Order: sequence, then C-alpha cells, then structure tokens
Amino acid sequence: MIFSLDLFCNAVVAGILLGGFYCAVAVGITIAFGMLDIVNIAHPAFVMAGGFIAYFCNTKFGVDPVLACAIATVPAYIVGRLVYRFYYHAFEKRGEESLQGLAFFFGLLFIIEVGLLLTFGVDYRFVEAAYIGPTIDVGFISIPWRLLVPLLVGLAVTGGIIAFLSRTFIGKAILAVSQDPLALRLVGGNPVKVKEIAFGLSIATAILSGALLIVIQPIEPSMGRDFIGRVFAIAVLGGMTSLPGTIMASMILGVAESLTTTFFGPSWSPAVAFGLLLVTLAAKPAGIMGR
Amino acid sequence: MRPASALLSGPRAHHKALRALATLAICAAGGAAVVFALGLAGTDYAFLAAYTVLQFVALASAWNILGGYAGYVNFGVAGFFAVGVYTSVVVYKTLQWPLIFTIPLAAVFAGLLGLGMGYLTLRLRGVFFSIATLAFSIVLNTLIVNWAFVGGSRGVYVMHPASIEPFGSYARYLVIIMLILAIGCVLIARAIERSWIGNGLAALKDDEIAAECAGVPSLRIKLFATTLSGALLGAIGAPFPYFITYVDPASAFSLTIAVNTIAMPLIGGTATWLGPVIGALLLGTLQQVATVTISSALNLLIVGILLVVFITVAPNGIVGFVKGLREKRP
Amino acid sequence: MSDSPILSSQGLVKRFGGFVALHGIDFGLMDRERVGLIGPNGSGKSTFVNCLTGALRAEEGRVTFSGTDITAMPAWRRAHAGLARSFQIPRPFRGLTVRQNIAVPLSFIAGMSDQAEIEARADEVLAQVGLKAKAAQSPKSLSQVELRKLELGRAMAARPRVLIADESMAGLSDSEVDEILDVLMLLNESGIAIILIEHIMRAVVRFSQRLVVFVAGAKIADGEPREVMRHPEVVRAYLGQ
Repeated sequence: MIFSLDLFCNAVVAGILLGGFYCAVAVGITIAFGMLDIVNIAHPAFVMAGGFIAYFCNTKFGVDPVLACAIATVPAYIVGRLVYRFYYHAFEKRGEESLQGLAFFFGLLFIIEVGLLLTFGVDYRFVEAAYIGPTIDVGFISIPWRLLVPLLVGLAVTGGIIAFLSRTFIGKAILAVSQDPLALRLVGGNPVKVKEIAFGLSIATAILSGALLIVIQPIEPSMGRDFIGRVFAIAVLGGMTSLPGTIMASMILGVAESLTTTFFGPSWSPAVAFGLLLVTLAAKPAGIMGR
Repeated sequence: MRPASALLSGPRAHHKALRALATLAICAAGGAAVVFALGLAGTDYAFLAAYTVLQFVALASAWNILGGYAGYVNFGVAGFFAVGVYTSVVVYKTLQWPLIFTIPLAAVFAGLLGLGMGYLTLRLRGVFFSIATLAFSIVLNTLIVNWAFVGGSRGVYVMHPASIEPFGSYARYLVIIMLILAIGCVLIARAIERSWIGNGLAALKDDEIAAECAGVPSLRIKLFATTLSGALLGAIGAPFPYFITYVDPASAFSLTIAVNTIAMPLIGGTATWLGPVIGALLLGTLQQVATVTISSALNLLIVGILLVVFITVAPNGIVGFVKGLREKRP
Repeated sequence: MSDSPILSSQGLVKRFGGFVALHGIDFGLMDRERVGLIGPNGSGKSTFVNCLTGALRAEEGRVTFSGTDITAMPAWRRAHAGLARSFQIPRPFRGLTVRQNIAVPLSFIAGMSDQAEIEARADEVLAQVGLKAKAAQSPKSLSQVELRKLELGRAMAARPRVLIADESMAGLSDSEVDEILDVLMLLNESGIAIILIEHIMRAVVRFSQRLVVFVAGAKIADGEPREVMRHPEVVRAYLGQ
C-alpha cells in the first residue's frame, strides 16, 4: 500500500463528490423511513429504474440524462403516491405495517429489478453527455465533471427539500406528521394525504438519483442491492430525521469508501457502508444529529 | 429455571417418548417413500430438483424459528448458509471428513455466529435488526472474497465420487442427507413451537415488556432463537458444495437462497411449522418448473410477485388465510 | 413474619431529561399488607411502579425486595423473585390463548414443566379470576373487564409475594369494579401483599389498610386511609384541580 499525499487528497475529493450523489439517493430514505416510518427497502430499485429511464431517453432520443430524469420526476411522484396509497390501504390501515409492509417492499424490490433485467438485459449500460469525460484539474487534484454534476445536483435537491420542508405549508405538514400525527389531525391536516405526498417526493428523488448514478458509472439491473446498505447506513449515521445529518453522513460514507477503495482495493468497499452502520448502531444509535 | 430431568421422568415422559418415536417412524417411512419415488424417474435430475426443494423446506423452517416465532426478520440468511458452505469447503481442503461430521461442525460455527450477531443486534428494534443482520452477511461476504485459501472470488472445485454405497448414485445420497436435514428442521421447529420456549417467544413477540414482567428473560430467549436458527441454516449449507461442485462467494451467498428463505415462510405463514413447509413446497416447485420451462432468471420475479400478492391478500400467509376461513364458518 | 418491609424504596429519584418525575421517594410495603397509592394524573405513580418493577431505571436511590437490593436487576429477574405487576392498559399476549397467557409465568417463573400440571394450575387461576369459560379463546374476544382479569390472573399465577395493580379498574362500571376488588381481596387473603393504584376513591379506601398519596413526584401523605383523606395537603391537591 503506497501512501502518497496526492493519492490521499484525490481519494478524499472523489469521496466528497461521491457523497453528494449518495446524498441524493439517501434523501428519499430519510423522508420515507426516517420521517414517516415507511420501510421502503425497494428504494434502490427505484433508483435503478431512474438510471435506466435516463439510459433509454439518452440512447433513444439523445436527451441529456439528468434532464430526462428531471422530467421523469413528475410521473415518478405520481407513481410514488399511488404506491403509498396501496401500501396504506393494504397494510398501514390494518395496523400490520411492520412485517407485512417490509415484505411488500421486499417483493417490490425484486419485481422492479427483474423487470429491468427482462427489459434491458444483464449488460452494463452507460450514457453519453458533454460532462462525462472532462475533468477540472486543480494542482494535483483532478475533479471529474461526471462526479461534480451529481454532487451539485444532489446538494441542490437536498437543499431544495430542506427549504420545502421548512418553508411551505405541505412541507411543514410533513414534518408535523413525522413528529406527531395526532397533533396534525387535531389542526385539521390529513396525515394520510401528507404521507402520500411525502412518499411521492421520496420516489421522485429516487428516480432523479438514478440519472446521477448512470452519469457516474455504467449500470446494470442488480446494482440496486449494493445501495440498500449504503442508504440505510447514511440514514442511521445521519440521525434518521435530519436532512443536514444526511448530507454529513453521505460525505463521511463517500470519503470512507473512496479511501478504502484507493488504499485497500475495491473488493473491500462493500463492507465499508455496513461496517459503518454496525459501528454506529453499536456506539451511538441516534446518529450524528440524532436526538 | 427448570430442571431438565423433569422431562425425562415419570409416566408422562414414557408417553411422550412413544409419541416421539412414532413421529420419527412416520417421517422415516415417508422419506423412504419419497426417495424411492424419485428413483423411479431414472435420471439424476429428479434427485437434484428434490434436493433444491427439500433444502428450501429446511431453510424456511429454520429461518422461521427466529423470523416467525420471535418476530425478528433475519436478512443475513446468506451469511449463515455460507458459513456452512465454507466450513465444508475448508474441511474438504484439509481434513477430508465425511459429511456426517462436517454438518454438525458447520452447525457449531453458524450457531456461534448467531450467538455473536444476536448479542450485538437483538437490542435493535424491527427493521434495524434486519438491516444489521444484512450488514453481517455482507461483511462476511467481503471477508470470504478476500480469503485466498477458499479461492477468494475465483472459487474452488469440490470433487465427489459418482456413487456412494449403499445409497447408489451420489445424487441420491445428497437427497437422503437433505431429507434428513429437512425433516430434522421441521421437527425441531414443531417441538419449539409447542414448548414453553415457543410460548415465551410468542409472548415476547406480542409484548416484550409484559413478557418480561411475566418472567420471560427476553435477551436469553432471543439469543436461543438466533443461535438455533443460525446453527440450522449453517448445517443446511454444509452439503451444498458437493451439490454444486464449484463454490464461489456468489453461489455461497446466493441471493436466490436468501430471498426464498425469507419469502417462503411469509407466503406460507409464519405462525406455525406448517407455513414454511407449504411455502417452500409451493414456491420451490414453481421455481423448478420455471427453470426447466422458461428460464431461471424468472425465479426472483416469481418470488417477488407471489410475495407481494400473498402478503396483500393473505397477510398471515396461506396457513393464516385458511385458518381465518375456518374461523368464519358458523 | 419479619418487621422489615418486603418491598421498599429509599430516596428514589427518576428524571426524564430535565424533568424530575420522582423526588426521592421513601416507601415501604409490609408482608401481606394492602396499600393504596393515589394521586392526581402525572404525579409519578406509574413512573414509581415502573422503577419498582424494572421497566425503568431510577437515577438515584435504591429498591429493596425481600432484603435484596434489586435496583439494578432486570425486570424478568424481579418477576422471578416474586414481584408481579399488572398494567394500566391490559397487555395480553394476543398470539396465545387465555390459558397459554397464564402458562407463560407458570413455565418461566414457577418453573413448571409438566404440561398437564401447567394446564391444571392455569385453569385454577382462571377460575379464581372468573375466566375459566374462556380458557381456550384468544384475548381478542375478551371484554375490558375480562382483559383486566386476565392481567391480574397472569400477574398472580406464579404466586408472587407482591402484586402491584396499576389502575386495574379504570373505565369499569360499579359492579365490574366490585368484581375486580373481590379478586384482589382473594389474592391478598392467599398471602400476597398488594399495592393498589387507583383513581376510584371508594374502591381504594375500602381496600387499603394504608393509603399513600403522591403529588408532583413526591409522597405527601402515608397513613390510615380516613386520616389521609382528611389531610389538608391531600384535600388541596384534589380540590385544587
């Protein structure tokens, strides 16, 4: 293992850039799971679906992948609302949400994954865009645009959601539901509708993150499973309900993975997220920003 | 807490022993019939298909001890199974023991993993426990991939003779072993369910605080369930290298096995020992048919669809659904 | 029978963050005694019970049971030692039958192993609380008062030395209150010391040999029921509501 300063710095920078992307992926889990207690373990599958939507639009119509998914967030939001509506009527309403809800999303995870497999096959797919390839070089640090764009979009999305939650009426209602659904009812809000909107938002961010993923690297359908550990590690490390916590945790994970890959090799990196998760659960389960 | 000797003395114990013997006799007879029927097919394929289905019966029953009875959903199935697989691989490469000794050894290692993992994760609620178990499995996977002795990511070949006397073909031998393991797992699950431990687990699952106040030592009982469930999962993994002959981390930490092990009890019903059996037979057979007729890539899709459909329509599984129908009849 | 209490607390303090729920409670329960514990809502009665039974850990102070310091003992060990409780809102094991609910403490606390013996004793307990007819049913089919009886049955099945009955009568009709009271008196006669936490005054006064009053996390009165009820601070606490 050769330790050199510029290798280290590049790894850290790459990690931060990657962290921006992880943030985009994890935001949806922070909303759905952290705030609303919906164990959407199929979230990564939606991310993959987003990636393939970007691929399809890019190869068929020549549309920029991020733009394609930005447009796709609208139908994604609607689909998310419908999924939640089904989940609510089938499970939450009956009070059976924990095990059966988990099983539902578990099944959904595989349905989506195999659906993508049957549609697009097992090969790796990639997109073409002007910013995939060129890098910005600052001294001995190289910042690839294909990592920078996801970072910027990821932070923008997260920032947008933080603003949405604290400034708009619906956003505040979502925060209210996450803290005290009964109180929300008492002021005339409808928790079910609010959760539905929040979940729709969650799925929309997932689809958008898919575009960011395929910009970073080629994708194939089964990759979603690698992200399950990462997003939950970020959610736990960041303190479940805290969005600033999500940003910090994503960066920490990104840097940790990047350093591991650079100095120990890529075969060790899957363990990083889970290792971090186990350590957090053992040491401070409430996470960095947790109450 | 309770004297084990109480189980062995007195006239009722005599009655119990007779009943246990009768159950074993019936299972042995049934098993022999199954093996004989499979042999009639003439090809080894019937045995191999049966091995897969029986393996699922065993896995689902073992998983359900922790998942269904205690209510802790173990996502780390692949890890426990792989401990069994790689124990077998290491024994193959060093001691060359027959399977009959390797299986208990695999159970011990997997049981220790269950104990350790349980001790660290059982304090976590619900889905956090599940994610933590998945974490264990992935970490284990990464360790194995980086372990050159068992072939790392390139894998190893495991050779076996074409036949073993007095069983005939090696495939038949494997089926008999898996049949014994499957019957064993089912009987163990059934015994636990009907015992005071089963009651304690059910009480814990319903209301941990009330159970503690009723005297149930929650951590100890849960640790018992994780250790036993883990040990059985590992035992089931021990013959696997001889079944697939080429072992690499991807096949040992098989996603299909992990997903099915969880889906089958959920579909069949997690409350009793019968649920996992039904789920395994149903799903396992369906997947074998699909593999032969269409493609094996569909297996996961079948699991996903059946899981979503059943969990929506019959949240307590097939067994729970049937039970609900019977209770509604006047 | 000794002169020292069977269950006692010394200087018990419980905090939830910055909020002090119990301000150093000194309390003693004698063997076979019937003590009533009353006080306005939020005065710390349930918190006190939770600290005694192990559901909560007190920050300061000690809990002693039968001469042993149980302050750090987990709840299940306290149950094994003979300290039982029933819950304010009944918490039956819904996945088990009524009889199986009773069987749990019989297996775990009383250490019984013979199925037939367990069933016999469970039925005996159910008969004492008046639930024998529903032994094979699921708790889901029980009425409120029946659930309360199941709570008590489960708490008393393994013959505890002390039973803490936390608001067993809330929301019940007059005749139902009397039913529960009869069960509690029966239990006391069989040798179990009982702490009854209740809001229903006539039941508490009738039942208790001694009355303890909590207000805002502190014990303000402890003595003969009728005298306590006339105590100026107690009167103020209740009329000042």
